[in-house]
Amino acid sequence: MKKHGSAFTNISGIVRRELSGYFGSPVAYVFLVIFLLMAGFLTFTVGRFFERAEASLVSFFTWHPWMYLFLVPAVGMRLWSEERRLGTLELLLTLPVTLPQVIIGKFLASWIFLAIALALTCPVWLTVNVLGSPDNGAILTAYLGSLLLAGSFLAITSMTSAMTRNQAVSFILSVMICLLLVIAGYSPVTDLLTRWTSPAVVSAVASFSVMTHFDALQRGVIDLRDVGFFLSVIGFALFGNAVIVRGLRAG
Amino acid sequence: MIRVENLVKQFGAKRAVNGVSFSVERGEVLGLLGPNGAGKSTTMRIITGFYPATSGRVTVGGHDVALDPIRTKALIGYLPESAPSYGDMTVHGFLSFIADLRGLSGSAKKAAVHGAVETCLLDSVLYQPIDTLSKGYRHRTCLAQAILHDPDVLILDEPTDGLDPNQKHAARELIRRMGETKAIVFSTHILEEVEAACTRAVIIDRGSVVANGTPAELKARSVTAGCVRVTLAGTAPEAAVAQFGQLPGAARAELLPSDNGTQGRVTVRVYPQRDEAGAIGAAGAALTVAVAQAAQAGGWQVQALSTEEGRLEDVFRSITLPDTVAR
Ligand SMILES: Nc1ncnc2c1ncn2[C@@H]1O[C@H](COP(=O)(O)OP(=O)(O)OP(=O)(O)O)[C@@H](O)[C@H]1O
Ligand SMILES: [Mg+2]
Repeated sequence: MKKHGSAFTNISGIVRRELSGYFGSPVAYVFLVIFLLMAGFLTFTVGRFFERAEASLVSFFTWHPWMYLFLVPAVGMRLWSEERRLGTLELLLTLPVTLPQVIIGKFLASWIFLAIALALTCPVWLTVNVLGSPDNGAILTAYLGSLLLAGSFLAITSMTSAMTRNQAVSFILSVMICLLLVIAGYSPVTDLLTRWTSPAVVSAVASFSVMTHFDALQRGVIDLRDVGFFLSVIGFALFGNAVIVRGLRAG
Repeated sequence: MIRVENLVKQFGAKRAVNGVSFSVERGEVLGLLGPNGAGKSTTMRIITGFYPATSGRVTVGGHDVALDPIRTKALIGYLPESAPSYGDMTVHGFLSFIADLRGLSGSAKKAAVHGAVETCLLDSVLYQPIDTLSKGYRHRTCLAQAILHDPDVLILDEPTDGLDPNQKHAARELIRRMGETKAIVFSTHILEEVEAACTRAVIIDRGSVVANGTPAELKARSVTAGCVRVTLAGTAPEAAVAQFGQLPGAARAELLPSDNGTQGRVTVRVYPQRDEAGAIGAAGAALTVAVAQAAQAGGWQVQALSTEEGRLEDVFRSITLPDTVAR
């Protein structure tokens, strides 16, 4: 009997390949620099971190949905479209690995990359600790929320990138879907909506927004329903991803 | 080892594979031939589990591809048509990645990668990014990937495409050698390859198998199979053609265009008589001797005399050409 790997070795093999793909190219470092510059700019200049004179990171986390809206699709857009364009999908899917293993491996690798980018923002956290005494538990919760938010956008991007061979198309599609998930609960938009429809409808729509669920985590409140929301978005999108890849092969 | 039964693949309105059946045992090398768009690659993609079949069944080593894909895929080494690989990786990195996913680790992995690199002569480019390799080397890298885990079954879609003549020769030798212990299916448009490496050939046209046999059997179906080819000096072409055409067992004779008339040399092909089934009778089989005797009787000097085996190309064309034209 010929050997084949366990689920764990298969997934870790794929994660390692994807990560070495990220760090083997200068694009990754450019991305990290842009990510940090943007986070810094939004926090300190637009968010007026110092003028607030608060020992908290609200002005930092508040911008994350908007930042991720573009940066996460940029990280994930090539996940599947590139495999389709190069024909390596055929190679990958004829190896003794299951489709869920490939999907999870690819997703995890990009998520780890985003987590590294997020971890590199720790100087902001150090700064508030030097300047005052913030609630570090709340900050940790906010970091968790941010990571889940990035994961949700990433899963959506992974799904859209399976729809096309073209990275640019996959980028635009995922930005659009993520934008919908953001503005459905963005207060300027919801305020506008209440003028036309009942508040019940508006809050029902808003409950599907990442904003609603990110807000609580960002303020340091861990609610399992919020965590569950992000995890279900991830699960849903990755399931959609599998359906799309299966459909590609069915012809 | 490989059993393909009534395979059908429908792409929308297009039926790419239409009831293909064949089987390949260990020790056999099956050459898959057919015009462009015949369905060779599609058949191979179904065998390797990339496409699900619309209907029909494929088993490899007793496992059904549709029901037990992982175990089947573990038995197979596959070289896809476009020989894809990850351009950002080095040859070594790429082969290590494939070895990881093949469940190899430690010294087994090292040995597997080393063996494949050696077989496919990739030593000199081992740490070069695949993007920077020439087409032939990229192709060989993907071939190395297919044989890495010493699979029982090899499915190779145009394995010699893009290789230089030396490498083509080496690849054929490799396929022939590996075929002694494995079951191999490979597709090609180069008919000499079939004679050089295959124990059996299947011709597919428009999704269906139109011929299945050993290269010798297929060649025997050629119109020139069993013909006697004779080169003479000291005769007028017309006289020779007329004389040979009347021999017992001969159907007709024709003048071949090669150096006719130059230095008084003439090459004539004599066709044996065939029955309705296309078989050559006893008189036809003895045609070579009859031709030699007739030449001697006429006082013509015989410079070369041979019986033709037939050509695969003729068979391929006669089987698939009418359809291609009709399309
Ligand atoms: N994914 C697909 N979707 C739709 N049609 C397809 C698909 N793949 C193949 N076909 C069609 O199926 C037919 C058979 O294609 P296939 O690639 O199997 O031919 P082939 O015998 O390998 O040809 P070639 O010698 O050119 O490689 C073609 O008409 C092709 O257009
Ligand atoms: Mg083909």
